[in-house]
Amino acid sequence: MVSQALEGVRVLDLTRHVAGPMCTKLLADYGADVIKIERPGRGDPARWIGPFLHDLPHPERSGLFLHLNTNKRGITLNLKTETGRAIFFRLLATADIVVENFHPRVMPSLGLDYAALSAVRPNLVMTSISNFGQTGPYRDWSASDLILYAMGHEMWGTGQPDAEPAGMANKLNLHMAGLMAYMATLGAFFGAQFQGVGQQVDVSIMEVLASSIDRRAPSLLAYQYCGERAVRIPSVHGVDAPPFVNYCADGFFEITVGINWWAEFVSAIGEDWIRDPEFKPPVRTVQARERFDSHWIPWCMARTKKEIVSLFQKAGIPCAPLNTTEDLVNDPQLTERGFFIDIDHPMAGRLTYPGAPFRLPASPFQIRRPAPMLGQHNSEIIGELGYSAGDLEVLSAAGVI
Amino acid sequence: MPGLPLEGLRIVDLGVALAVPYGTMLLADLGAQVIRVESTQVFPNQTRGILARPSKKAVETMAPISGGYPDREPGERPWNRFPWANCTGRNKLGMTVDLRKPSGLAVLSRLVRISDAVVENNTPASLERLGITYEWLRAIREDIIYVQLSSFGQNGPYRDYRALGLQVDAFCGHDMLRRYRDRDPSYNTWAVPSDFAGGVAAASACILALLHRRRTGQGQHVDISMVENFINLIGHIVMDYTMNGRVQESYGNRDPDMVQGVYRCKGDDRWVAITIATDEQWKGFVAAAGNPEWTRDPRFTTVTDRIRNQDALDPFIQSFTSQYDHRDVAELLQRHGVPAGPVLDDADAFADPHLKARGFFIPVSHPDAGRHLYPGMPWKLSRTPLGVRTPPVRLGEHNQYIYKELLGYSDEEYRELETEGHIGTEYAPHIR
Repeated sequence: MVSQALEGVRVLDLTRHVAGPMCTKLLADYGADVIKIERPGRGDPARWIGPFLHDLPHPERSGLFLHLNTNKRGITLNLKTETGRAIFFRLLATADIVVENFHPRVMPSLGLDYAALSAVRPNLVMTSISNFGQTGPYRDWSASDLILYAMGHEMWGTGQPDAEPAGMANKLNLHMAGLMAYMATLGAFFGAQFQGVGQQVDVSIMEVLASSIDRRAPSLLAYQYCGERAVRIPSVHGVDAPPFVNYCADGFFEITVGINWWAEFVSAIGEDWIRDPEFKPPVRTVQARERFDSHWIPWCMARTKKEIVSLFQKAGIPCAPLNTTEDLVNDPQLTERGFFIDIDHPMAGRLTYPGAPFRLPASPFQIRRPAPMLGQHNSEIIGELGYSAGDLEVLSAAGVI
Repeated sequence: MPGLPLEGLRIVDLGVALAVPYGTMLLADLGAQVIRVESTQVFPNQTRGILARPSKKAVETMAPISGGYPDREPGERPWNRFPWANCTGRNKLGMTVDLRKPSGLAVLSRLVRISDAVVENNTPASLERLGITYEWLRAIREDIIYVQLSSFGQNGPYRDYRALGLQVDAFCGHDMLRRYRDRDPSYNTWAVPSDFAGGVAAASACILALLHRRRTGQGQHVDISMVENFINLIGHIVMDYTMNGRVQESYGNRDPDMVQGVYRCKGDDRWVAITIATDEQWKGFVAAAGNPEWTRDPRFTTVTDRIRNQDALDPFIQSFTSQYDHRDVAELLQRHGVPAGPVLDDADAFADPHLKARGFFIPVSHPDAGRHLYPGMPWKLSRTPLGVRTPPVRLGEHNQYIYKELLGYSDEEYRELETEGHIGTEYAPHIR
């Protein structure tokens, strides 16, 4: 029996929506005992965000929620009540990590700031994920995935100059921030374990995006270096030949040639037209670019994604098809690696989920349980603290659980 | 002052391009001693430049992100002035060695013996061809952790496929999911969130493996596919297919559950992002806009109405936003409880009062690049603050220290290795 890297680590998870649950999902998937604490009644708002199974809204059948909450146990707890907080503090006595992504004013207003928590657990790691961080003039601003991208990331330089700045896939930035918060939590936990330093980790989603190696950080530095901003460049009629995204017979493919792979590109195409010396990048004239296109576009349109990718890959040139989610789920590489996994859930049934994001054979990703139903583990977890079945009924009637 | 979380750990960084250099920087920020191992004899793609010695003219044709050397001058040692590399080089040590020679492998072997982990993302199988495998590393140090990040993973039919972040994104469906709603994906600007995610995954997996080793004494061989890692970040979109058979299209800047968009503001190319999810927020919006007649249009009564009729609503919203500066309108809306934020260009970001108040940008003096503000850390630690301890590492900057102090080479051996082409601070003359 292989053990998991975070076996025996207990996490109290006060997070909801996307960024926080992504962080705690990864803690749970690599072995931590994550206790998800939801507010009684509606629970995590992500339960009410689609996609839903068969498009029927149901709090136990949201694909967003089911994916982001694997391997967690779930309880409900009203932290605005004294009893609710008392139960939280009793659970805290056994916890190594607390993760929360409330608005920064919430935890202190409940008497649950780091000072109060670390008084109970001196070595505690508390990760606080928020839109803009725990301090600063925007601390109490509201935001969304798109707004954080607009403020933090490279949105202004993304898209076409004749159109609005363009975003990323729906909710991608929040997932990214969750992954970064996971890394930060692991780092701080390592320090708590082996340097004896428990502390609070303040993750600002805006700053995660502003320091991203996906263009924003180098663009900001380049602005410092040369005073020029990253601007929206027309991708189709620009100077790059070939451009990154190209049409072909059955869709699109993405290729990087530039100076670095030009020789390989010429020999992979192997036709006379490509040897025109004016095609060698960077292509400097519109005429040369138009002449290139007059050969290149018919060449692509005569071939499928699969043929093109396989031809250029044989030549060692970075090239890939523009897939859809259907292509992905049926892809031979992902199938051979057994990436997608099936998980049974009492209310949602057996569904296919994304599998391990990283493979650690000695301490692997494992699915031990599906996402919790609202309050599913109330009696198991709160009962462990010595509350009887009768007590639980009283707590439930009082709106504590 | 207590130690940083990863103090005392040593990581060998064989990374190239973006992802692993970024991931090992996160480990370096946390206090690990990260040693960048490079070669003066080989110039890896997209790592310390598009070319080692680009002409001033070539630099001028490139977009700032790649050609934005200080003052647009490649300078004497352009590889130490490249914006991409200088974004991931802080807090690291740097050495050079030519791993294509047996004497180079002997140097690496000495380094591995005193290190905790080796992290790499070279072209598939390229280290294997040099003889660097998990088995080789483990024979040197039994409990070594070897993290390999690749586009598709260490087995399977695409194992040897070449892909940069752009291709990983394309493969994962991201280009189809982020295109303009009314244009095909050839209008997309390139983006590499999969490189960001890959770097963070490599750092995370490395710490997981270190935790496991502390507990069991066991090292391991970590295999990360950038594709598999990225799919976890669009899980809900993939699950719409696995649950409902639906292939999601791009929402552009919109959202299926909210009114959301980017709207023009006063000034040249100024924009504000706005999200109106609830009736409460709509009321706030109406008040901020001064309660104009059009907000009472029956097409905009309920949340569902507004989402369904967003095509009709957007021009009205823009008629409001276009009267204001992008920052002012965001502040006005926030005061009324409406989520909104200006689209900040690079100049705006440096002027942003919030990032200033948080101390996000950090002044760094670099011997070959000068003194500038650098984008800082994505998070803060309350007791052991992170910071820039050393500027972005230059090629071979710490050869003396690493070879002599850490690896124990004598002065004579050092000179020999120098003659053999292992040790240097400049790329070999044959590299353009």
